[in-house]
Amino acid sequence: MAEVDFNWMAGGPQGSGVDAAANIFGRACGYGGLYVYGRREYHSNIKGLHSYFHLRVSNHEVSANLNDVDLLAAFDAEAVVRHIGEVVPGGGIIVDKDQLETRTLTIPTLPPEFKSVFQNYLKSQGLSDRLGDLLENAKKRGVQVFQVPYMELLKQIANRLGIDKLSKIMRMINVLTIGVSFGLVDYDIKLVEKAVKTFFRERPKIVEMNILALKIAYEYAKKSFPEGLNFRLPKLQTNEERIFLSGNQAVAVGKVLGGCRIQTYYPITPAADESEYIEAHEILGTRIPGVDAGVVVLQTEDEIAAINMASGATLTGARASTSTSGPGFSLMVEGLSWAGNNEVPVVITYYQRGAPSTGLPTRHGQDDLRFAIHAGHGEFPRIVLASGDIKECFYDAITAFNYAERFQLPVIHLIDKALANSSQTFPIFETKEVKIQRGNILGEDKLKDVEYRRFSFTETGVSPRVFLGTRGGIHWYTGDEHNEFGHISEESANRTKMVEKRMKKLEAVDREVPINEKVNFFGDKNAENIIISWGSPKGAILESLNKLTGEGFSLAFLQVRMVHPLPSKHVAEVLQKAKKIIDVEMNYSGQLGGIIKEKTGISMDFQILKYNGRPMTTTEVYNALKIVLSGQAPRRQVLTYGS
Amino acid sequence: MVLRWTDFKTDVFVDWCPGCGNFGILVALQMALAELGLEPHRVVLVSGIGCSGKVPHFVNTYGIHTLHGRTLPFAQGIKIANPDLEVIAIGGDGDGLGIGVGHLVNAGRRNVDMTYLIHDNGVYGLTKGQASPTLQRGLKVKAIPKPNVNEAINPVMLAIAAGYTFVARAYAYDTKHLKETIKHAIQHKGLALVDILQPCPTYNDIHTKEWYAGEDRIDHETGKPIPRLYKLEEIGYDPVVHDVAEEFSKKVAAMEKAREWGDKIPIGIFYKNELVPTFHERIAKRIPFYLTLPPAKQIIHDEKGSPITDIMDFLEELKIT
Repeated sequence: MAEVDFNWMAGGPQGSGVDAAANIFGRACGYGGLYVYGRREYHSNIKGLHSYFHLRVSNHEVSANLNDVDLLAAFDAEAVVRHIGEVVPGGGIIVDKDQLETRTLTIPTLPPEFKSVFQNYLKSQGLSDRLGDLLENAKKRGVQVFQVPYMELLKQIANRLGIDKLSKIMRMINVLTIGVSFGLVDYDIKLVEKAVKTFFRERPKIVEMNILALKIAYEYAKKSFPEGLNFRLPKLQTNEERIFLSGNQAVAVGKVLGGCRIQTYYPITPAADESEYIEAHEILGTRIPGVDAGVVVLQTEDEIAAINMASGATLTGARASTSTSGPGFSLMVEGLSWAGNNEVPVVITYYQRGAPSTGLPTRHGQDDLRFAIHAGHGEFPRIVLASGDIKECFYDAITAFNYAERFQLPVIHLIDKALANSSQTFPIFETKEVKIQRGNILGEDKLKDVEYRRFSFTETGVSPRVFLGTRGGIHWYTGDEHNEFGHISEESANRTKMVEKRMKKLEAVDREVPINEKVNFFGDKNAENIIISWGSPKGAILESLNKLTGEGFSLAFLQVRMVHPLPSKHVAEVLQKAKKIIDVEMNYSGQLGGIIKEKTGISMDFQILKYNGRPMTTTEVYNALKIVLSGQAPRRQVLTYGS
Repeated sequence: MVLRWTDFKTDVFVDWCPGCGNFGILVALQMALAELGLEPHRVVLVSGIGCSGKVPHFVNTYGIHTLHGRTLPFAQGIKIANPDLEVIAIGGDGDGLGIGVGHLVNAGRRNVDMTYLIHDNGVYGLTKGQASPTLQRGLKVKAIPKPNVNEAINPVMLAIAAGYTFVARAYAYDTKHLKETIKHAIQHKGLALVDILQPCPTYNDIHTKEWYAGEDRIDHETGKPIPRLYKLEEIGYDPVVHDVAEEFSKKVAAMEKAREWGDKIPIGIFYKNELVPTFHERIAKRIPFYLTLPPAKQIIHDEKGSPITDIMDFLEELKIT
């Protein structure tokens, strides 16, 4: 099969339908048997500031972006200014013909930091700030410019639909650029129509308008640019069932399959989409006829209420979780400590974003590993799981509940913005092997003539649980140190035993959870060089690993999924053999590397780090790794790609 | 089986100061539970932090002693997950009107069918007597170095404004009246708040038992003290909203009454409105089986441990081939 690797980008002001365009584009490619990975970038703003979607289309599974753009669909002048440098020689830019005279330095939404750099660039190139000049300059390096009269096409559409005001259909610029894009790569328009229909399915009038726009634009491109782009996007045959989804959606679906029946949240980016998606599907299907299932989604007054409502709900026997991001998790910390002290099986889905403080509310970061592991006063056991891709988000969302109930402790499912807001194609998730493990629960029948103690001392530290409302099982919970019944106790001997009871559950996790649920290992077991990482860099690392091993480098990748309690013995065994250990993370200090050093004494030889708010691309991870493998790297490389 | 209030006692030592108003509240609560015939295992007491936070340990029901100010989120989470439980939240005035006031206000928007008892003594007892949100400006209780510079919050007015559908005030030492008020609160369909005035013999040397009893005001004719508290039911006050149209006027009347303080302090039910749908009714409108099959009662896996949830609806939407 011919290799397909096509990188499309749509950019425009927020509120202009960039997201919709990307979804339609991605689906249309998916319908044609292609695999898609797409990353969404947006400002913390409702309307007007620049946003874009970087989509990669391939004939095999892809899970990261490259630095390249093969075709840029620019809704406005700013999109050209921002991304022209990413368009590869031979690639193309779709631009509004009426925008060529725009003075780029007067674009009000361009921030001053950007403008000063851009101004220097123009000066160095001897260019004016006229958009047309910038495009002419790009042509010199082989970039094709497709000038499209957006307004004229919109007028045609308006005439055909009998619409008097153009302002009513300005939003359709997005579909126009899709039509032109697919026209330029000669893709089957029927598949694009299907994607438009699915996307707007509940609004037939909108479907009709958009299909008309699509067709007009597609035909315009065919007629005006008969040569098209120097690339044809093929349609591939497949019998495989595939889905196209985001990390937010994967977590949501995983949760409900895993039995989540209460979800609490306070609105925060990039976590809220998950809760809203669940709420939209609150009545669930079941495999057993006549058995109902539903999930109650509660929007709370703050994150303090969110975690504590969820904790309260778990005590009744319902599986409950909450989802948040860094600022929200900060507010949850006291509640987390209560849950730890009371052995509450609450699940917290933690979507990291650029921090500290409000940080980069809509941008990516992996700054909160140490926070997730250490948050809360005092010492108490917890599990922190870090998903590396959207598929893992799905399965880990289920596993999180199982661990929480088996070991009776809070589980933090650590995700990040790059996973939350990226969308990817996968073969439909296999669920036959999924199991629900609820741990040791006592019902009324087991409580007759028993003096039940909620926090009874046991060998593993895990005591049998009884749900609130069970006859014969009355017990107490308290944030104070407590005795086996759950009553306050400040007695020193009891305190020592209770601390040990709680903490030794971590040993049970070490013992009972198999290593293949805690780490993934990719590549040759005897490789000389080992990459270590966690979370969303996985995609870019795996692609780079394949490429570099193909080039003859001896390299493997250890992905840590259970970051706490760290399977230190296993990690040490793997790392001890390596000549060079390369730590790849999206934070300033290399937090996982530091934790590994703390737990195993092993230092990271090299760091590849990034903290500019944009995820790692395969291109830059590959380049950085290659420098390390060639023996020319400094101990620390900082990656900076992405606008 | 006839329940007695002693069935609701535990053998945990009650460690409040001698003369504490909490004793009256504890006994009134235990009597109310017994008289309503609530089986202990169906009752969940949820408390915050402070002297009142210890109440659940002294009551033989399920008891959750939570965090400072967070009694309402825990309690609502429990009640929403399992509506069959009788949930009673308990907290001090600092707990509910200071650190937890955001929860107090927002709980009013939901109207979850449960009860919330506020132990209102004007001070933070367990931290040794600082001014609480219900202490009036200018007062200097025993342990604070200077007179209080903050205005007081009126819990009854705040609760009415926030949307509580049952708002009452009671007095810790009038155990019989308090017990009856708690029973009304529990039986009310919707969120019920009872503001319980309570002397703190250790730190509030102004609003003492004697002050409430009016021992500083002797009736010249009878030679007896003129008590400051009087009962709303004894003056023919009708707190009930009988028709949606009178909701506002009833609220205004309740707030008017709630303003009285000093020489005449009303106790009893200020406001009661069962015409507002409860949170459970609102959820049941969306999820029709919610009341019979709430989150806590749903089975989530079969005998082999496989999930019973079918995610095909989701996957159909996400499918591209």
